[in-house]
Amino acid sequence: MIETVVFDALRAAIGPTAAAYALLAIGLNIHFGYTGLLNFGQVGFMLVGGYGLAIPVAVYGQPLWVGLLSGLAAAVVLALLLGAPTLRLRADYLAITTIAAAEILRFLSRNSTSEDVTGGVYGLRQFAGEFYAVSPFPGDRYLGALAFSGNRMWAMTVGWGVAVLLSIAVHRLMRSPWGRVLRSIREDEDAARSLGKNVFLYKMQSLILGGVLGGIGGMVFVLSLQTIQPDMFLPQVTFFAFTMVILGGTATAVGPLAGTVLFWFLITGLQSGVRTVVESGVIPGVSAGQAVGATTLIVVGALLMALMVFRPQGILGDREELRLDVR
Amino acid sequence: MRDPSVTPARPRPDVRARLGAVIGLLAALLLPVAALAQSSETIAGRLSDGGEPVAGVLIVVTAEDGTPVGEVRSGADGAWELGLPGPGAYVVELDVASLPDGVTLRDPDRTTVAVNVFENARSAAVFALGEPVDQGPTFGRLLAQNAVNGLKFGLIIAMTAVGLSLIFGTTGLVNFAHGDLVTVGAFLTFFLNVTLGLRFLIAVPLAVLTSAAFSGGLDRFLWRPLRARQTGLIAMLVVSIGLGFVLRHLALLFFGGSRSSYGEYTLQTALEIGLVRLQPTEIVVMGLSLAILTGVGLLLNRTRLGKAMRAVADERDLAESSGIDVQRVILAVWILGGALTGIGGTFLGLIESVDYLMGFRLLLLMFAGVILGGLGSAYGAMVGGIVVGLVSEVSTVWFSSQIKYVWALLVLAVILLVRPQGILGRRERIG
Repeated sequence: MIETVVFDALRAAIGPTAAAYALLAIGLNIHFGYTGLLNFGQVGFMLVGGYGLAIPVAVYGQPLWVGLLSGLAAAVVLALLLGAPTLRLRADYLAITTIAAAEILRFLSRNSTSEDVTGGVYGLRQFAGEFYAVSPFPGDRYLGALAFSGNRMWAMTVGWGVAVLLSIAVHRLMRSPWGRVLRSIREDEDAARSLGKNVFLYKMQSLILGGVLGGIGGMVFVLSLQTIQPDMFLPQVTFFAFTMVILGGTATAVGPLAGTVLFWFLITGLQSGVRTVVESGVIPGVSAGQAVGATTLIVVGALLMALMVFRPQGILGDREELRLDVR
Repeated sequence: MRDPSVTPARPRPDVRARLGAVIGLLAALLLPVAALAQSSETIAGRLSDGGEPVAGVLIVVTAEDGTPVGEVRSGADGAWELGLPGPGAYVVELDVASLPDGVTLRDPDRTTVAVNVFENARSAAVFALGEPVDQGPTFGRLLAQNAVNGLKFGLIIAMTAVGLSLIFGTTGLVNFAHGDLVTVGAFLTFFLNVTLGLRFLIAVPLAVLTSAAFSGGLDRFLWRPLRARQTGLIAMLVVSIGLGFVLRHLALLFFGGSRSSYGEYTLQTALEIGLVRLQPTEIVVMGLSLAILTGVGLLLNRTRLGKAMRAVADERDLAESSGIDVQRVILAVWILGGALTGIGGTFLGLIESVDYLMGFRLLLLMFAGVILGGLGSAYGAMVGGIVVGLVSEVSTVWFSSQIKYVWALLVLAVILLVRPQGILGRRERIG
């Protein structure tokens, strides 16, 4: 029983979905950790990345590279649209606008009138063929007891590969003069401005960069699942990613990666544990599916609260680095 | 968000027909649910011909494999409901012979409806009778009805948004758990009314008091200690997100994921008033909401406490140095906000239904209203909330009702571009 729980947890912690979330978290870390931008609509970037990839390939029959480029372009466009009205305002305006924008995108993509393009609530399929055609994992069972299929193995390798590479790139970027300006904006926007820095432009660049990472996360996500549906992009996805960043350590290079792995390990282990307990019938009258979902999310919420109150720097962060506040 | 167990008829492109179908579907979904509906599965429906209820029609339900489940006759109001042995696929058949003279099925071949029933769900089986209501509402009627619906919805948004705005004004906290306080309010009433079986009119005041106390308790035992620790505003904002998660999913854990209604005042005949049709409860809800908003306005404008609230929201340090006990005022704001979310949630549950996501769905509309009116301004939140309600409902005259919230959120985007301080806000707040 314990074994099942641990293997479930491990399988999720290193799986392709976790890799997609890691990319989301790296992007969010650029926004929130390094620049002090409150992007609560990271899932919107994920959505446009995913649909940007899926629509050209599945609906218009384009090759995969067109989908990849259009997914990236969609994330850039979304960042420009969101940033233009809000980046001059206070941080919490950006928060409300981005969460609203992400919900607008989800409503629009599940609306029946856009069914021809987005597939409505049914979503799209059959856009990942080219991706799996180049997979070097022909078998159907890898990693021993974890029992990864070949496709899952390939999605995982690519997803984590991209996540680690981009995470290194972001780390180097944040140690460059450009990254120092971002951090100075987080600490004191007016001071940065008084040194002649165009704060708006830097914030916009940060929003675009982090948004593109979210878009890439979306692509990894939909490629690994081989399907895309609007309701995969609920607002809670963003808050999961936030929890991962804060858990790992805000404004650190390894934080988002470590936070993601740890988050998925804890949450899936918990889910698996609760399911095992409920299914064994110890607590009568509780339906397994609902109890598992609800308990997990209660724990995520409590975890987020506790982290923010007791250890805002996460497991790896530096408390002095982080004195975020609305100015 | 729609009940997945209902298989809607393929909507025709005609807007009126589609609207009619939506209204019919909603009517079926909002049917009365007795206390028993919470812990078991039922199939229900309502038969009407040209607006008149059709009574005494025999409905036979069988499981997918042909096992008979039971039969029921529609009541005097045309409604019928049948308990089921469990979730699964069922076939609902209308006995054509039992239809009164002169009443026929709209589509004579459609005597059965297949319904997929999920756990703890009350699923609807819709039979269309008689000639289609071919004329449909005129444009003026449609506009008036949607405007009134929007006003009704907007008043509820306004009530709940006042607290959100005042909390922001006095503490600087953008409370992402505010929507879930609405959910808590609705479920408190549900718990007292349906689970404990209290009369609705007794349950509501109790629920509102509990909601106010709960909200005050949050300030006293969560937010005040955090303020004392000099926790940053963004950190507190993230805490409120976590709190919202906890509250929302506690509701899911205890009350399940399906939509439910209160035990009373759910089955009413709509009254025809001028161009619009309204149920008596809706009229009462609107009247009470207006009265409560007026009362809050008077409280803020005329009483010492209200003036202190506005003073703290306006300029906290100055208020404190002129002898106002800021912590007490903030506590009062939270209590007031909690009472308002309690009432708002109860009203929303009454005119729509109760489910664990109801408040979270409302949250973005509250934000839109608060920013539209001016972040931190109580009167602004009232005006903004009503505008947001009107915009989202009136948009359904021309556009699909699936995207009605999109318009409200677009209003938010436009106001941020054009006048970020909102209609009644002041420039320096946005800094």
